[in-house]
Amino acid sequence: MPNVYLDHAATTPLDPRVLEAMLPYLKENFGNPSSFHSVGKDAKDALDDAREEMAKILHVRADELLFTSGGTESDNLAVLGFCRANQSHGKHLVVTAFEHHAVIEAAMHLEKKEGFEVTYLSPDHDGMISLEQVMAAIRPDTILVSVMYANNEIGTIQPIGEIGNAIQKHRKQNPNTMPCLQPGNFQFPVFHTDACQATGALDLDVEKLHVDLMTINGSKMYGPKGVGALYVRRGVKIQPLQFGGSQEKGIRPGTENVAGIIGMAKALEIAQGERVAESQRLVVLRDMLIAGIRERVPKVRLNGHPTKRLPNNVNISFMDLEGEAFILYLDASGIYASTGSACTSTTLDPSHVILALGLPYEVAHGSVRFSLGHSTTADDIQYVLETIPPLVAKLRALSPVRVDPKYYV
Amino acid sequence: MSDYNQPPVIGKAGDVTTKDGGKSWFYTDVVKDHFFNPRNFMHEDANPDDYNAIGKVGSPACGDELRVWMKVDPATEKILDFRWKTFGCGSAIASTSMASLMVTENGGMTLSEARTIKPQHIMDRLGGLPARKFHCSVLCDKALRDAINDFYRRTDQVDKMVVEASRIIDPVSKVTDHDIEEAVLDGATTIEAVQAKTKVGIGNPSVLPAVEELIRFYREKYFGA
Repeated sequence: MPNVYLDHAATTPLDPRVLEAMLPYLKENFGNPSSFHSVGKDAKDALDDAREEMAKILHVRADELLFTSGGTESDNLAVLGFCRANQSHGKHLVVTAFEHHAVIEAAMHLEKKEGFEVTYLSPDHDGMISLEQVMAAIRPDTILVSVMYANNEIGTIQPIGEIGNAIQKHRKQNPNTMPCLQPGNFQFPVFHTDACQATGALDLDVEKLHVDLMTINGSKMYGPKGVGALYVRRGVKIQPLQFGGSQEKGIRPGTENVAGIIGMAKALEIAQGERVAESQRLVVLRDMLIAGIRERVPKVRLNGHPTKRLPNNVNISFMDLEGEAFILYLDASGIYASTGSACTSTTLDPSHVILALGLPYEVAHGSVRFSLGHSTTADDIQYVLETIPPLVAKLRALSPVRVDPKYYV
Repeated sequence: MSDYNQPPVIGKAGDVTTKDGGKSWFYTDVVKDHFFNPRNFMHEDANPDDYNAIGKVGSPACGDELRVWMKVDPATEKILDFRWKTFGCGSAIASTSMASLMVTENGGMTLSEARTIKPQHIMDRLGGLPARKFHCSVLCDKALRDAINDFYRRTDQVDKMVVEASRIIDPVSKVTDHDIEEAVLDGATTIEAVQAKTKVGIGNPSVLPAVEELIRFYREKYFGA
């Protein structure tokens, strides 16, 4: 049976070149970078090199990169760690309604438990956030704005550079004037973006994005799982979420995941080096899949903007059927995808991303994400296109639901 | 084709029942058989008038909708045919398919026998379901009882209809014990999660101890913990 993995937005396999870079640090170079001897120093040097390399690619200073355990921790530090450290300057934050859970749940926690106010920006029907919308939500007491670079479910790419630029201008023109604050403070709001899904496809030059905080992780770009980074612009204060040693300036204590960090640095180098060519290749396959499904399967809807989306993301709602059942049918045919259906989530709530587009529950339940990657070929797409129609027909025959045509016509 | 020299993520032949307390999403071979080859579903070209009772439960907004059609012999009250359609996940399809088999095998159950079917009976025949998917099999016994009532309604035997009474727990939010049961089955096993789903006790905290007791009761009933 074919083996077509189309869930690269969930995670990617390790690139062999990344594995090769990591291996010495899992074997002979096992030292603790904090140790005061040669073995430790070797590890420390390698860690410093990895930090330098990543900093160069992101166009930041090495001391502005914080290594973490992954995207979730980086997002949590950016939201919880930043807001807690800066709450004397205001207790309002702006996030989009379709952020990753690692941002949105952290924001909701601040709202529920720590007296913050949160504005949730709704994307438009195509899954886009506008510059005007963001700027209109900023208040004098807003300390943080968080907008994801590319959405993990529907792949839409937000105008981060434009928003970042406008926020920087706003800061210059509107010194933070909260009564409790030091006068003439130009630092707020700070702008965070979660770029986890963007690493393989988009430009990560922080100087062009005008962000102050940026989350990336290893496991979406053919690097290892369990490792991530947070870019923190110099001068931006973050309160730690865990306590211990002085690693990562005490903001993220704990012995560094040396091999993981080296793997992430290598993965970032490869991903950014190959992103233009790989994106061109994937866009063709992506559009072939979208057009093919629309041609062969009636009553479907493409979720997310048709062109302002990641080159590897296809998200389609198949009306009248339930995603989990469909995923299991696909799985039995050797196709591995994911769904926004409630049934596959631990909370049994359907995708907040699809709901944020203004679509009803049954459309969210029927949404399926195919995320392409290095291994994806035109033959894979052809196989998927041949496999899907009879499976959809079979599940629709079992279904009593008929979704309102206004959602797919 | 993908060639990561790794076993597929899911769906390897033979992945079996959840003996791990429901942490896994994998299904038993019986569940898979019913899921991939559903029995007795209502065909597109079937005539609903051939059936003398219908039942319905859930709504697509909740993620599950189940409709059933029954043909009951008025003389013996035996279920001669049982058909269904569901907007539901793998478990919903499999458990409904299994239920349709159970009520029609060996010449068909009588309505009073069918009324005693509990989710546990369906689960047993399926060899178990992941704990979180339990609510799917609760839907089909409810739809069955709804159809039984419908048969008695249509045949003017209103006295034989059984109303599933529910008790109001919170007079402010009008939340019933049944609502709490549903919330627990939907995975809300803490007071906070149940409140998020039902709003119970939000304007009336005095009812919370009773709510907690019910949550514990339903948790034990359905998840054994």
